[in-house]
Amino acid sequence: MGRYVLRRLLQLIPVFVGTTFLIYVMVWAVPGDPFAGMCGERPCNPAFVAMMTDKYNMDETVFVQYFLYLGNLLQGDFGETFSGLAVGDLIALRYPVSIQLAVIAVAIEAVIGIAAGILTGLRGRGFVDNLVLVSTLFLISIPTFVTGFLLQIVFGLELGWFPATVSSEATWGELIMPGFVLGSLSMAYVSRLTRTSIAENRRADFMRTALAKGQPKRRIVGVHLLRNSAIPVLTFLGTDLGNLMGGAIVTEGIFGIPGIGGLIYDSILNKEGVTVTGVVVLLVIVFLLVNLIIDLLYAVLDPRIRYD
Amino acid sequence: MSAQSIGETEDTGVVPDAPLLEVDDLYVEFRTRDGVAKVLNGVSYHVDAGETLAVLGESGSGKSVTAQAVMGILDEPPAAVTGGEIRYHGEDLLKVSAQRRSDVRAEGIAMIFQDALSALNPVYTVGFQIEEQLRVRLGMSRQEARKRAIALLDLVRIPNAARRVRQYPHEFSGGMRQRAMIAMSLALDPEVLIADEPTTALDVTVQAQIMDLLKEIQTERRMGLILITHDLGVVAEVADRIAVMYAGRIVEYADAVSLYRRPGHPYTAALMESLPRLDLKGHELKTIKGLPPSLLAIPPGCPFHPRCAMAQDRCRTEVPAEYRLGLGRTSRCHFAEEMVGGV
Repeated sequence: MGRYVLRRLLQLIPVFVGTTFLIYVMVWAVPGDPFAGMCGERPCNPAFVAMMTDKYNMDETVFVQYFLYLGNLLQGDFGETFSGLAVGDLIALRYPVSIQLAVIAVAIEAVIGIAAGILTGLRGRGFVDNLVLVSTLFLISIPTFVTGFLLQIVFGLELGWFPATVSSEATWGELIMPGFVLGSLSMAYVSRLTRTSIAENRRADFMRTALAKGQPKRRIVGVHLLRNSAIPVLTFLGTDLGNLMGGAIVTEGIFGIPGIGGLIYDSILNKEGVTVTGVVVLLVIVFLLVNLIIDLLYAVLDPRIRYD
Repeated sequence: MSAQSIGETEDTGVVPDAPLLEVDDLYVEFRTRDGVAKVLNGVSYHVDAGETLAVLGESGSGKSVTAQAVMGILDEPPAAVTGGEIRYHGEDLLKVSAQRRSDVRAEGIAMIFQDALSALNPVYTVGFQIEEQLRVRLGMSRQEARKRAIALLDLVRIPNAARRVRQYPHEFSGGMRQRAMIAMSLALDPEVLIADEPTTALDVTVQAQIMDLLKEIQTERRMGLILITHDLGVVAEVADRIAVMYAGRIVEYADAVSLYRRPGHPYTAALMESLPRLDLKGHELKTIKGLPPSLLAIPPGCPFHPRCAMAQDRCRTEVPAEYRLGLGRTSRCHFAEEMVGGV
């Protein structure tokens, strides 16, 4: 186990270097002058351009730029935006909201999705099953921005049950509806995955054994069925948490959430290579770590999985 | 005795001195999209304390379904019991409450399955699965249950029981898993043990060990043992009586000695001939021609007639009655008496 974790952590190094390099090059390769339009209607002062060019090593090749950037990054310096803000501070300011949103989304999809899945998986065909099947199909086929605007108008503006937009404090209550929107697609998948997993394991031999042992029905489902059915579902939820931690550009945009998704979006538009790379690096590391944790969780849930 | 002491409890329909377990004229159907499969068509057998009944037959003959009906673990639907009685100490289990049924399942009649790997829950330790019985049904504490589980694993001769009890099913070998399964079934001292092909998934040498173990435990505890198998070789050594099943019926019912000496049904005879024998080395092994009948369309007359070497016109139209051949033997063949030679 320890060796496995170490090996996985070492694997982070090449992935880290590779992704940062690719992102850096891709941002650099976007055509256009990054300083155009920075000085209002007039072209920029040549002295200003020269200063910025020097600050961001623009006259070096992309490789040299990258290694200079990487060197700073390894010392914990994410660099500065063109307007002189520390990228590290920007991340510290905006990432907590995105994490909060991701946690809410995953919690909602887990609770509702698993409950619906268990209900339909145990009952088999019938009204509830069809209802869940149709509504999940509905959620899966509608794009997030439609769900987002729809809920915002209906529950935020018409009914007024939830705040329509999120303030700069981004309280938990404000984030419930955006969290639901963000988690809705995965919620549909979770419920289907749970349903399939339960329906499959319900017929398993070990269930027959538990029944033959005269175990109470509750215990057969609660102890024998759920633990076995949880493995694929928890894997999915973990991966999804990793995905959602990467920020949600659309959802954050609709509800005006000051999160990391919006930061990336703005930075790409403004060709802020330093910011984009900094944020993406962080997201890559978070994603890899979350995946590592999921892989370790496997072994806890299913003792048949061995790492060494 | 034990039957009487149970008879004293009031809320059960237990009848003193009734046979331990009796299956009486049991009918089971499977309702599928393709039609109704008549899986059991009037099966009757009984087993008493300390006795071994072997139920023999090909796949699909209904031997496992009968056992599952006795345990009450049929998949209902599609399965449905449409007739007959299953009496445990004279009490019809098909008429009792779900709670009573579950109690009998736990403490009266236990079952072990063919594939112990899939029959044990992969995500819990072997110990947990044994202790679960003791904790839930007897209210034992964790430590007590653990001790008892180790004793049970010892009893079925699993070496290093104290260490093994903490291991998962996949860490056991095939034979050890089946031993663990047996230990689990013995946890609550059942009076009847149903073993559904307990050795089929195992190596030949391990098969013999498991059969010996089962036989030994059964003798020690005076359990009724119902041994379901398709292997005549296994049956010969352990069975007191044998029920041969075909197409959801018992076609021959006899004590082991007389059945082996002179089978009373052509199907039994054919099964015996298809057994490899050392003294006939070099001879071609006989097989039974054709396939078992589809239970959706059981042939008219004697269900075995399309595959029977002795079949006459009569067999194609007339369902053979149950002929009594003396000494408790029965056979469902028009020529039963000729086969046995007027015993």
